[in-house]
Amino acid sequence: MIKRFLNLEWKQYFRSSYWQKSILLNILLVFFALYFVAIFLGMGIAMYPLLKKLYPTEDPLLVFNGFLFFWVLGDLFMRFFFQKLPVMSVKPLLTLPIKRGTVVNYVLGKSAASFFNFLPLFAIIPFGIMLIANGYNVSTILIWMLTLIVLTLIINFLNFIIESVSAETEVSFLPIIIIVGALYGLNHFEIISFSSLLGDSINAVMNNPVLVLIPFAILVILYYFNYKGLYKKLYLDNSLKTKAKEARSTNLEWTKKFGDIAPFLQLDLKLITRSKRAKSSLWMLGLGLLYGLFFYPNPVYADKTYFFIFIGIFVTGIFLINFGQFIPAWDSGYYKLLMSQNVKYEKYLKSKFTLMVMSVIIMFVLSIPYVYFGWKILLAHFAAAIYNIGVNSHVMLFGGSFNRKKIELDQKAAFNFQGTGAVQWIIGIPLMVLPMIIFATLNYFVNFEVAIAVIIVLGLIGIAFHQKIMKFITKKYQDTKYKMIDAFGQDN
Amino acid sequence: MITTSDLSKTYKSNTVLNIPNLEIPKGQSFGLVGNNGAGKTTYFSLLLDLIRPTTGYIKSNEVLVNESEDWKPFTSAFIDESFLIGYLTPEEYFYFIGELRGQNKADVDALTAKFEDFFHGEILGQKKYLRDLSKGNQKKAGIVAALIGSPEVIILDEPFANLDPTTQIRLKQIIKELTDNRDVTVLISSHDLMHVTDVCERIVVLDKGEIVKDIETSEATLKELEAHFSSTTTII
Repeated sequence: MIKRFLNLEWKQYFRSSYWQKSILLNILLVFFALYFVAIFLGMGIAMYPLLKKLYPTEDPLLVFNGFLFFWVLGDLFMRFFFQKLPVMSVKPLLTLPIKRGTVVNYVLGKSAASFFNFLPLFAIIPFGIMLIANGYNVSTILIWMLTLIVLTLIINFLNFIIESVSAETEVSFLPIIIIVGALYGLNHFEIISFSSLLGDSINAVMNNPVLVLIPFAILVILYYFNYKGLYKKLYLDNSLKTKAKEARSTNLEWTKKFGDIAPFLQLDLKLITRSKRAKSSLWMLGLGLLYGLFFYPNPVYADKTYFFIFIGIFVTGIFLINFGQFIPAWDSGYYKLLMSQNVKYEKYLKSKFTLMVMSVIIMFVLSIPYVYFGWKILLAHFAAAIYNIGVNSHVMLFGGSFNRKKIELDQKAAFNFQGTGAVQWIIGIPLMVLPMIIFATLNYFVNFEVAIAVIIVLGLIGIAFHQKIMKFITKKYQDTKYKMIDAFGQDN
Repeated sequence: MITTSDLSKTYKSNTVLNIPNLEIPKGQSFGLVGNNGAGKTTYFSLLLDLIRPTTGYIKSNEVLVNESEDWKPFTSAFIDESFLIGYLTPEEYFYFIGELRGQNKADVDALTAKFEDFFHGEILGQKKYLRDLSKGNQKKAGIVAALIGSPEVIILDEPFANLDPTTQIRLKQIIKELTDNRDVTVLISSHDLMHVTDVCERIVVLDKGEIVKDIETSEATLKELEAHFSSTTTII
């Protein structure tokens, strides 16, 4: 049975149009994977001499164990965003003579074979070998390695429990931030010292190998909870029947002020507030607004004015980037309707443009308090906002005409790469890097004021030629109409 | 009203539709039948300019469909669920379509009120989004949305599938009323021979992209169609 499942998965993966069409994205992912493997390998090899150098008087293994807590937190955090439970398309299997238990065990078992569980091995094994080479007891190190592998699996299954709980909540990434933050905080302020607690437990296991049963027991318990949770979800009425939320009707009469684009504007606003995926671009607004706080209070960046424009573009353009990169894929589910209805492309695009411009203005106004960190920042943000309106919004719309990826609106959003293609990565360059380069060069060779002025002028040029540019973009959309309809009609 | 000329659609070397000539006069209720892969949906998609014809053209009311967009104001269609906007309630969806077709809320309300019977109390005022409705109810909403703004050409792909018997019967009445005054041309496709013969005054049978029969509906039509389809199965 397992063999058949694997066969199904294989076909699902390689026959998906997604795979066939976005080799670039896949190569990129492989590249990332290799990169991480290299980092972990380097870490594993360099760990012993490094710890020896930093803590000459202490036992490197014990020091390492003392730090394990942070590894666990980091791992948990990363996994939450990047690792998803490998759910098969279960629906067709339910009516076939396959035990539900088999399906669940398979899904869970497969998750253990995830890249995230292999990655630590690249650090653990070299480090272990280094330890043995330096005269540690072989059996102790083997027990230690085993314990760490079990710990990795514990994190693996713990993550799925956290994910399934947070999937129910509105802001799905809030629980993980609270959990990790709380644990870190408790440890940092030494209310409960988790790091020494975990370190001591691992040390105890090494001294008394029988205790390795305890992490094993924890693993089994977590597996059991996952099993129970998944088993329950394997009923049609549970996972497949959508929870029908009561529809709220919103009064969007104010959009009438925008004239003939009002119906589309209303549609977009409803899209953003009512579909899971699009809603996340709203939450990103808050995140983007606070982005500056990572840099501005930091004295290291205080005199790096060239950085201001980058942050300015990001803060004022967070919605533009987040929402804009998926135009027109947001409407992919009903693109045929729009194309056969009495719709003028021009108005459709104008509505998207208006929405993006509004968001930039709102974000700029909200970011005015950053003036606390210096007037130059406010000026840079203003320039960035103009640039976003004049240049980036058009770039986004233009890039959209190359969009060939459908989006399911009701899927979880954070780090969901669905709908992402090479275009989205490439567009990032003129969007954020270009203004930064222009600004940095002028700032370096001439001065701050001129650099700001040039960025503003670039934005103003874009605004001045708005009509012309929009005509050009509309034409581009019309030319690719059939391709888009075809692509949006395909399932990934 | 709708002139099809030398129309063909080829994917790579596979010709899925080839109609040398087809004329659909104004006010006709036109039925398209055929087995899976006969080219029914392809023809409708070409009519709506959703795919590009390989050769030939369709003229709707003297408008070249694949070159001008002027056919849009007087044409409406419901092909499949991708014509619905899942995150809207049915009312909002109707209003949205209405606005695109220059109808205000009162106009739309007046129209949908006429279909209360057809909706069977499951569409309006339900406080549900379209994505949460059942397949059949989604279809009802889609069909009625295609009637908003008094279009002259209405295209419905498989309108009877997924509907319960009561609704099927009501839908037939609706389609008949539409074509009664000879202003509205209705094009429907169906696998249900009974329903099309009931509703359509003319039935065209497609087979592998070719027109094999073009019948004025009469008492004998159903028999003829049944004979046709049972004979093709034995040949294959």
